[in-house]
Amino acid sequence: MQRTTQPVDIERIQTFMAVRRAARPARRAAFSLALPLVAFLLVAFVAPILYLLVTAVDNPETQSVLPRTLAALEGWDGTSTPDEPVFAALAADLKQAKEDSTAALVGKRLNYEIPGMRSKMLAASRMAAGLETGPYREKFLEQGGIWADPATWAVIQRNGAGLTPYYLMTAVDLKQAPTGGIERVAPDQAIFLPVLGRTLLVAGMVTALTLILGYPVAYVLTIAPKTIAAVMMLMVLLPLWTSLLVRTTAWVVLLQSDGVINSVLMALHLTTEKIQLIFTRVGTVTAMTHIQLPFTILPIYSVMRAIQPTQLRAARSLGAGPTSAFWRIYAPQTLPGVVAGCLMTFILSLGYYITPALVGGPQDQMVSNFIAVYINRDLNWGLAAALGVVLLLVTLAIYGLFLRLVGADKIKLG
Amino acid sequence: MWLPSYATPSERLSRILVVGFAVAVLLFLIAPLFIIVPLSFSKDPFFTLPVREYSLRWYEDLFGNPRWFNAMVNSAVAAVLTTILATTLGTLAALGIARPDFPYRRAIMALLISPMIVPIVIVAVGSYLFFGQFGLTNTRAGLVFAHTALATPFVVITVTATLSTYDTNLTRAAHSLGASGLSAFFRVTLPNILPGMVSGAIFAFATSFDEVVVALFLTAAEQRTLPVQMFSGIRDQINPTIMAAATMLLTLSILLFVALALLTRKKTR
Repeated sequence: MQRTTQPVDIERIQTFMAVRRAARPARRAAFSLALPLVAFLLVAFVAPILYLLVTAVDNPETQSVLPRTLAALEGWDGTSTPDEPVFAALAADLKQAKEDSTAALVGKRLNYEIPGMRSKMLAASRMAAGLETGPYREKFLEQGGIWADPATWAVIQRNGAGLTPYYLMTAVDLKQAPTGGIERVAPDQAIFLPVLGRTLLVAGMVTALTLILGYPVAYVLTIAPKTIAAVMMLMVLLPLWTSLLVRTTAWVVLLQSDGVINSVLMALHLTTEKIQLIFTRVGTVTAMTHIQLPFTILPIYSVMRAIQPTQLRAARSLGAGPTSAFWRIYAPQTLPGVVAGCLMTFILSLGYYITPALVGGPQDQMVSNFIAVYINRDLNWGLAAALGVVLLLVTLAIYGLFLRLVGADKIKLG
Repeated sequence: MWLPSYATPSERLSRILVVGFAVAVLLFLIAPLFIIVPLSFSKDPFFTLPVREYSLRWYEDLFGNPRWFNAMVNSAVAAVLTTILATTLGTLAALGIARPDFPYRRAIMALLISPMIVPIVIVAVGSYLFFGQFGLTNTRAGLVFAHTALATPFVVITVTATLSTYDTNLTRAAHSLGASGLSAFFRVTLPNILPGMVSGAIFAFATSFDEVVVALFLTAAEQRTLPVQMFSGIRDQINPTIMAAATMLLTLSILLFVALALLTRKKTR
């Protein structure tokens, strides 16, 4: 049987190949139109993100400043204080480092893993610059116990590698034990998983609130008379068009202690004292909900608009009550819009930076804000990049879900 | 047509509640935007309503203070350059995507749309680190490149949407009547897709003009844009000049919005 069908199959494949070959110039022509944008995005958008990923694992400092030390450490047993040759190599490296003023560089890098290492490294480099001959071992040990500790040397040796998992592990509150195993940091030192959790929580709250507030709006948009619906649509689209910064500014003004909301509440005698609204979670979530509402409303509306009202009438005529007709006939059909709107809002909420920075307090800062702080204030690019990787992975996972459930070509504007 | 004729009294009540709720949400959406307008005309440097005395002093500061004025000029220049670049690249890509033979459509569409999805801080930090390698940080070119990447998805989406209603037979007809490829494009295709292109251009302009985070990382004092100036102002000490700037941005958004509305209405007519 199989043998008799085989020639037919080959023929089919050949036909298929021929069709593909014939279509190739058209495919190429179509693609060549998109090529400039694809190339541009690869350079101006994808490459910066890849560079960020590389920065998260890049580890050049120890290798470039302490090459002799690393070479001398190759024969080290890993459990005792190293012998004279290692210290001699370290002295030579640090002498060079003092000349090139690179001791601070490696000091800062090792300081992430050994607290206090930066000043020790600087002090050692000053000392090494003054030493002419050995023995070096005692001189270093006189500087402090840190040089006698095998753990110090284990960290130096480990950072001889050009790539490091350190930043990525720190970004998810893991650390490498001196023995090499991976362990959780102490609960009171865990910073970044709680921040990620907070980011997800705030995004979830905002998504839920936009759905609760937006669903009825989308519904009323579909039943209102045409002109009223147009005005209502305008009220949904105009905020979408207004700059995010303007909307955040409005909330900063509204939420001030001496701001509009407090003065209205006081005038109405609803409160006698000023309520703290700005720099709080409530303020942040309110402002974000306001900004994200149109993103949730529009996809739901576009799905609702396509649902035939006669279906509800049919359900009612078949004996369903209003509640059951709504939940069993109407609501399930709006689900695609709800999924699209909620996923969109959730994805966008994860990346908020401006609003938490201006409206939120220290406890409302999201992953994005921490990334900015590590770039601008702490100059710890590796950790900022690693946090970026975590945020990007979470976002892309949900974007992947969005593409599966909704599709990129369904993204519409207005 | 608010209610079907068979509605029960309880249904009428719930309908009234739903409509009332929706109206309240719409007011919540729109009211905060316009709170800043009266405050920008207030004579007092604090933010309470009602305004006791009106004045234009904050607008005088906005246009008279070189720091604010330069920021406005910088924003306008960056936005215009971004619009030109993004509209050109985005329209070409959309023309390709709209062809039936376009290969790997799903994957490439996902790539082209991704600048809308990736958290803005990641774009900002990535560009800051990567562009720094080529001396593009603190330059206008770097800012325009990053803004163009952010703006192109809007152009791709709007032009693709217009092309979906464009009859490709028109291009074929033009070819059969002897028009060359370019001439057929400029005299037949382009006039037909122009509304979509202009919509995309408006989106691109607004994207660049309003963008804060990338500009925050990629600009120094010299290229500082209006939103960056506002952002640092709010962080340090919020003052009513920021309200004046916000009112200007709001006015611009409304103008662009109206332009877009007129454009899409013309298309559907």
